[in-house]
Amino acid sequence: MDTKYKGTKPSRRSFLTGALAAGGAAVGTTYARAQGAPDPAITETQPWRQFLGDGVDAAPYGMPSEYEADVIRRRVPWLTADAVSSINFTPLHELDGIITPNGLCFERHHGGVAHVDPAEYRLMINGLVEKELVFTMEDLMRFPRENHVYFLECAANSGMEWAGAQLNGCQFTHGMIHNVMYTGVPLRLLLEEAGVKTNGKWLMVEGADAAGMNRSIPIEKALDDCLIAFKMNGEALRPEQGYPVRLVVPGWEGNMWIKWLRRIEVGDEPWHAREETSKYTDLLEGSIARRFTWEMDAKSVITNPSPQAPITHGKGWTVLTGVAWSGRGTIPRVDVTIDGGKNWHQARMSGPSLDKSMHRFYFEFEWDGSPLLLQSRAHDSTGYVQPTKEELRHFRGENSIYHNNGIQTWYVNENGEAENVEIS
Amino acid sequence: MSKFLKIFAPAATGAAGMLALAYTAADQFIVDIPAPIREAIAINAAVAEEARAEAEARAAELAMAGLAPSSDGGYGLGRGALSEEVAAWDTDVRPDGHGLPVGSGDVFTGEEVFVERCAMCHGDFGEAVGRWPVLAGGHGTLEHEDPVKTIGSYWPYLSTVYDYVKRAMPFGDATSLSDDEVYAITAYLLYVNDLVDDDFELSNENFQDVRLPNEANFIDDDRLTTEFPAFVRPEICMENCKDAVEITMHASVLDVTPEETAAKAAAAAEAAAAAEAAPAAAVEEPAAAEPTEAAADAGPSAELIAAGEGVFRQCRSCHQVGEGARNATGPALNGVVGAQIGAVDGFRYSNTFKDANEAGDVWSADRLAEFLADPRGSMAGTKMAFAGLRTQEDIDAIIAYLSTFSR
Repeated sequence: MDTKYKGTKPSRRSFLTGALAAGGAAVGTTYARAQGAPDPAITETQPWRQFLGDGVDAAPYGMPSEYEADVIRRRVPWLTADAVSSINFTPLHELDGIITPNGLCFERHHGGVAHVDPAEYRLMINGLVEKELVFTMEDLMRFPRENHVYFLECAANSGMEWAGAQLNGCQFTHGMIHNVMYTGVPLRLLLEEAGVKTNGKWLMVEGADAAGMNRSIPIEKALDDCLIAFKMNGEALRPEQGYPVRLVVPGWEGNMWIKWLRRIEVGDEPWHAREETSKYTDLLEGSIARRFTWEMDAKSVITNPSPQAPITHGKGWTVLTGVAWSGRGTIPRVDVTIDGGKNWHQARMSGPSLDKSMHRFYFEFEWDGSPLLLQSRAHDSTGYVQPTKEELRHFRGENSIYHNNGIQTWYVNENGEAENVEIS
Repeated sequence: MSKFLKIFAPAATGAAGMLALAYTAADQFIVDIPAPIREAIAINAAVAEEARAEAEARAAELAMAGLAPSSDGGYGLGRGALSEEVAAWDTDVRPDGHGLPVGSGDVFTGEEVFVERCAMCHGDFGEAVGRWPVLAGGHGTLEHEDPVKTIGSYWPYLSTVYDYVKRAMPFGDATSLSDDEVYAITAYLLYVNDLVDDDFELSNENFQDVRLPNEANFIDDDRLTTEFPAFVRPEICMENCKDAVEITMHASVLDVTPEETAAKAAAAAEAAAAAEAAPAAAVEEPAAAEPTEAAADAGPSAELIAAGEGVFRQCRSCHQVGEGARNATGPALNGVVGAQIGAVDGFRYSNTFKDANEAGDVWSADRLAEFLADPRGSMAGTKMAFAGLRTQEDIDAIIAYLSTFSR
């Protein structure tokens, strides 16, 4: 437990190790660390080396190591009135690569998790179609399927940061996002099955949960790349992600991805549902509010170091990493600064670069132990470059709540502790 | 490694090349059949062949992109929806009146229904209890530091109120309101927003005559024209971009981040707190290697109580318990186990609770368990908007937890 640091401050032990490294080894070498006494982790025999471990089937559904017990979703209790209509956050600072494990995908429910029996699952298409249809799970499983990796970001991600730096941790500032490989049937095929009439220009999609969550989607998007998904990362959707069926609306704000999807109505106009008028609209200055702000603008965040993941090894070779994404395409490039934007460096992209998916970037550097101001800025395939928070506020003021894709700053002090700040 | 690459590189190129060739050939076959040859083919055969080739080319194109193919005339999956089925689910309403059912409700009736079904969260006049949504007022606050976005001050369309109340309200008892009740609640919400008089009746006939004041302030997404010109930047500074950098704001000043606690530490703290709250008898039990009858007699285990505290989190938005607990949306729960039903001073009970109180009914563990499993089945007419606990373990745990608090 105490060998794996998880707190907000570097532990005494790791701090001492850092001091030892600084004093005993020349900066720039990694092997020459002074070692006073033999390491008991090597010279003593651990129980797992001597005694037999669990056999197969000790965990028929495997779980993470007991040492990873604090890699969990967390919520901010003061954000919402109760836990039923609330949100929690993906622990981005604990993850790497681009795929979010199913159990760590953030949750946002408007009426709690619906526990839908797949045997009683029905999907209805009605409205301006040639044939109003009902599908069972079995029917859906007989359509041709596709696999795609997409990020899902809540429109309110970073929403608490509009007026200034508030929360210490990328889990809380940026954790309303996950990135998953979906298996599903193109929505286009179901609409072709029903036959959309020529005046069918909009869909209303609706969930089977206690909120009856509903949103309007233009037909062009529905016919383009939306999926009726039933698997995430290869296994059935988790209940909290819409089991047995959710809608996937690539690149667009998360609450359009209706979970527990039960009905699709085709119409000639949008519905102006509660979640696209009173909520999920962007209040600008002068009382003007933007609606139908569907696409998520390009965004990035440094996940390590960050307030929940400080530098614990002292100065020397340091791995900086983070994630970037855009609702309009891929991320060919991310720039990183460690001096608050005086100088920028092109980060190293690693892992697949997929349309409307999270991308992973790295920047390795020699930390000299002086304070750092870390930022990342994403460039997407349309040429759009992630703006600063100040630039965003210029267009939107401070009350829009949603769609905050401004550049995040972490201040790292001499001890390696990180804090959420804003800079000039 | 390099040898490996050399072996694979030509093979990969070859495969890709062949695919590309096949695709190109298929494409040419459709478009570029020389005219004399075309004439030589019987017309029908040519048309059929052309259609087949086109379909094949389209399928090949989709397959190469990894996309699922369409089927002409559909796949024949699913069945026709019955009109009763569509009617059962299709309750949505749009600003143009699409979907409005025949019905009506007035402000007076709306107030009655609202106070009974909605006021526990939204307040009698839509002013809200705790952090639940404010429904009335807020006029002229949209440019303030903390705008109050209500039906009157922000929502663009009245149809949204009807649609949302019908599909999602009351919270925890969705779809239980009749069409006329929804009309009445909608009328009452117009009234508390000063948009209609107290004698107003709303119906499907006059629904579209009502316009909400903030409708004109909504615009469609204009980021592509307003923001993109500023944020699409072919040239961007990489070196010596500014002279000085100042920190202008620290998150630690506000200090609103939830405490970062390791799961183990939290579990330990929870167990410690539960042990503290547990009756002395349970605490004095020796750390039993196995559960004994004596332990059962002495009261619930610290483990069960701790589990109950966890389960109680879903109740805390409405119920308080412990030192200083007061009535909120639901009554304070100190001493509830074994107490007379409906007997907390100052709480406005539903009729079913008043009846139980008058009958002298008591919250025995069994009665409480029955209620917690199925609140509305057990106490028909209760105001408690909760579906019930899903497992017997949760029920046992929560009763164990509540039994640690005396009045």
